[in-house]
Amino acid sequence: MAKSKNRGSEEVNAGSMADIAFLLLIFFLVTTQIATNKGLTLLLPPKQEEDEPIEIKQQQRNIFKIQVNSLDRLLVEDEPLEDVSQIRDMVYDFVLNFGSPSQVKKGKKGAEVSEVETYNSLPASMKSYISRNLGSSESSDGPASAIVSVKADRGSSYEIFISILDELNAAYNKIYGERVGLTDEEFRKLNRNDPREKALYDEARSGIPKAISIAEPTKSAE
Amino acid sequence: MKFSVKSQTQQDIPTAALPDIIFMLLFFFMVSTIMRETEVRVTQKIPRAEQLVKLQRKDLIAHLYVGLPKDSGYGKEPVIQADGVFIDVGKIGAWVEEVRAGLSEEEKDQLTVSFKVDKEVQMGLIVDIQTELRKVNARKIIYQSPRKEEE
Repeated sequence: MAKSKNRGSEEVNAGSMADIAFLLLIFFLVTTQIATNKGLTLLLPPKQEEDEPIEIKQQQRNIFKIQVNSLDRLLVEDEPLEDVSQIRDMVYDFVLNFGSPSQVKKGKKGAEVSEVETYNSLPASMKSYISRNLGSSESSDGPASAIVSVKADRGSSYEIFISILDELNAAYNKIYGERVGLTDEEFRKLNRNDPREKALYDEARSGIPKAISIAEPTKSAE
Repeated sequence: MKFSVKSQTQQDIPTAALPDIIFMLLFFFMVSTIMRETEVRVTQKIPRAEQLVKLQRKDLIAHLYVGLPKDSGYGKEPVIQADGVFIDVGKIGAWVEEVRAGLSEEEKDQLTVSFKVDKEVQMGLIVDIQTELRKVNARKIIYQSPRKEEE
């Protein structure tokens, strides 16, 4: 009986080691979430001084007003709107209206462009769309003066706010993309660390600032 | 001609190195993935969006989580969580300064505040947070959101 001792193999069977390691690997693959820092970016306005109320000098036609009440109902340009996805085309038309483009140069230092120059830099397809359908004196003077204002009631939901913001970004990305011959998705994915793509990005955005203003809701009487 | 030479070649592939390869992969994943340092203690049903942009610098993001507390002991009203603790709206400014203290001088104004907000939260609270952020001049924000599924 003592003989049987020697018969067993001396090596540890390592054949299943790969399976064990695979199991661990798959466990890690499944459970780890790769942190995605993706979302909708926004630049807040600078701090508001309390003693000097901001005078609204902007003409009404240059402001695209979106209001949301506490029941998540929309009022866009003082008209009720049911379907959020219509905002995209409305904002697109509003920004590219070129009602009376100005000659005054605006924008970042060293890269100032006037609205007339912006118009001239657009591709032919966009120009013909603008001259055929837009240019109304009721809508914005030009992209540099156009402002989209979102005023959400304190009781409105975050969900509707995000869907509006998404539509606004969609409209602007569509404009930027079309301007340099990309789709809105391709424009969004431009890598700004790459100098060539950065140049394209800057070209698309020059003269058309993304002017989304989140207006403060009226204080409820408490 | 004799063909018997053929049969002398070894037929099976040596698999002894396989566990090592797999272990290497495993270690790679263990090292490269960052575990979530803070446990999120608020509900996070984040509304989806389509027009997402990716932020380049991960270390310049400060996270705020807003939602209903998972532990009902904290009430049924939305709360703000920053770095694992619940904070009041009024403390947001101090919190931003605290985060900024850990950054170098030129990075201080590049800080982006990320919002992860439950869809049940009302806009009033979000606006209050943003007013506080404007006071300390932390103006870059991002509303984090998963991608909308294509229809």
